[in-house]
Amino acid sequence: MRIYFDHNATTPLHPAALEATTRALRETFGNASSVHTFGQQAKAVLDEARARVAALIGAEPAEVVFTAGGTEADNFAIRGAAEALESRGRRHVVTSQIEHEAILNTCRALERRGWRVTWVPPTQAGVVEPDAVAAALDDETAIVSIMHANNETGVVQPIAAIAEAAHRVGALMHTDAVQSAGKIPVDVRELGVDLLSVSAHKIGGPKGAGALWIRRGVRIAPILTGGRHERNRRAGTENVPAIAGFGVAAEIARTGLPEHAVQVSALRDRLERGVLAAVSGAHVNGEGAPRVPNTSNISFDRVEAESLLIGLDLEGIAVSTGSACSSGTLEPSHVLRAMRLPQGRTQSAIRFSLGTTNTEAEVDRLLAVLPRLVEKLRSLTRVPAAR
Amino acid sequence: MSGGVDSSVAAARLVEAGHEVIGLSMQLYDQREGNAAAFGRCCSLDDLHDARRVAAALGIPHYVLNLERPFQETVVANFAREYAAGRTPIPCSHCNSELKFATLVNRAAGFDAGTVATGHYARIRVDEGGRRHLHRGLDADKDQSYFLFALTQEQLSRAAFPVGDWTKAEVRAYARARSLPVADKPDSQEICFVPDGDYARVVESKLGAAPPGGAITDTSGRVLGRHDGIHRFTVGQRKGLRLSSTEPLYVLAIQPETATLVVGSRSDLERMDCEVRQVNWIAGTPPDGSITAAVQIRHRHPPGAATITPIGHDRVRVVFDAPQIAVTPGQAAVFYDGDEVLGGGWID
Repeated sequence: MRIYFDHNATTPLHPAALEATTRALRETFGNASSVHTFGQQAKAVLDEARARVAALIGAEPAEVVFTAGGTEADNFAIRGAAEALESRGRRHVVTSQIEHEAILNTCRALERRGWRVTWVPPTQAGVVEPDAVAAALDDETAIVSIMHANNETGVVQPIAAIAEAAHRVGALMHTDAVQSAGKIPVDVRELGVDLLSVSAHKIGGPKGAGALWIRRGVRIAPILTGGRHERNRRAGTENVPAIAGFGVAAEIARTGLPEHAVQVSALRDRLERGVLAAVSGAHVNGEGAPRVPNTSNISFDRVEAESLLIGLDLEGIAVSTGSACSSGTLEPSHVLRAMRLPQGRTQSAIRFSLGTTNTEAEVDRLLAVLPRLVEKLRSLTRVPAAR
Repeated sequence: MSGGVDSSVAAARLVEAGHEVIGLSMQLYDQREGNAAAFGRCCSLDDLHDARRVAAALGIPHYVLNLERPFQETVVANFAREYAAGRTPIPCSHCNSELKFATLVNRAAGFDAGTVATGHYARIRVDEGGRRHLHRGLDADKDQSYFLFALTQEQLSRAAFPVGDWTKAEVRAYARARSLPVADKPDSQEICFVPDGDYARVVESKLGAAPPGGAITDTSGRVLGRHDGIHRFTVGQRKGLRLSSTEPLYVLAIQPETATLVVGSRSDLERMDCEVRQVNWIAGTPPDGSITAAVQIRHRHPPGAATITPIGHDRVRVVFDAPQIAVTPGQAAVFYDGDEVLGGGWID
């Protein structure tokens, strides 16, 4: 039986979401823009899902624009806001060094177009401090984009305070909530942001659906142009089946949240305490900072993370490390490097990210396998080469 | 698993023989988007993709190991240093003995894999006493034993060459019969990190500066012209000298101290002897005294009969029975008894 501890990468599809998606695939093939009954049925599925996704983040349904996923939502937020604000003499973005590649590479694209980008470093605990962001702002700042929870360490960022600072200089505030939605309460009003990204497949929904929440009254330019879908904000026939599953997953995430958080954090703590007790030279990255309840990022002294990941996979336990690059190999995480952790820590870090379907028995199986695997990797001596 | 047909068939044969097989590919240089020009056929993104498809077809796990750092530090650094020192290196030999059968074997041991199998055309035989012997691959045209002379007994005990007893045609037929996705993929030819054949550029970028140009002289020291850097030349080379002469001129020697190229006629390239350093004896110990063997001084060179005399703990003197053309410092001299590799070292 394989064990899956990589829920920050993607989650298994919730059976109810699977049911909603397959039902839509089977029965609701209409184009939601069509006037006839087939179209109306598809539109009804979208509306229901929109209400559910809005409820998950404390928003009004009309503020939710469906996208093909979190990456598109992030691109939409940054590129759309940039296009809308450029003409007002605002050509500066403030973001952090620990963002997801969807934000980092989109900001780099703006930089190539002549925009100024300030990359705010985190503390050693992985927190982007409001004062550090505030210090980077000026009256040319168009957008501030700081993630709500970091995908690698799980550290939750002080978004409300950062949003206040952004608004003081008249900038728009975006947060990527892909890793926090469904794990901790996410309320767009409490966070005080203008734009917020979520993704279906991180909360038990299918791949291929996500959403950008755009606060009522905020105008950003569409990045996909075409038909008048999504109230003229995102062209392209809606992916009704995936969005139907997204809606159901959002509903389950919202209603189950308090209970799920308690359950998953108990498992995470069991895992973390167990690892620290059984393995010497293990360090939790992001320790001391507020974290989402499912994530534990642990470095193992004198161990190549790549070997540990493969060793665990061969034992049937799926974890992850750093960011996978195009070839599928692993590089030291840009997040851990930005936290200024020593090289020994960044090259030996494993991310365990749990979900509601994990069990104590699975955690105990990891705790039975991991210590001897770490010891074996530490004990391997180099095979002497002739020359 | 490089994504080529040889290592793919090697893996397939092991799976078919009932072994527990894990597919490993090595990523040896940065292959992110935008770097497309920097890598070529062997171990490129497409090749890693092919390796993954083959592993999936065989139903075995497959992982790509990031060995960029050790590859740069051992193979590429040595490659640049050798050219800068006026020698002509063989990076594939270093990659075999210092990466594949060192770092990679070590990583594999972490996954409880006792043996690293590759698609090399060479054969390992174990004698009654448990000693390993290294032989040429059965396919004389594809034989790669020349690149494996530096393996130690311990390394050989952890190595396997499942296609060594097959011809290339048999390997391809086997791949086709099993519909392996790489059955008709062309062979890779060039050095994997120099896909365009521009060695000089790689050497310059690794060293951080172009080695200086210098004089081209004849054997008496008379200056005939100038060159743009000794790293652009190898012993026996004719091209790129830009000299006008009644007879064709060849590089006879490269003198790194003064950045001088010495040139002469083809007959001046003939050598009766050379010294070989860092000699590895496959048996683990050097012979008691002089031996006779067939000595191969570059890939695809027909070995010449010679007498080999140890002159120090890992150094030998090789005296050929007949003169050899272009005995090139930095290339390997590999000693054969029939098709068995006795040992070898680097020509000094």
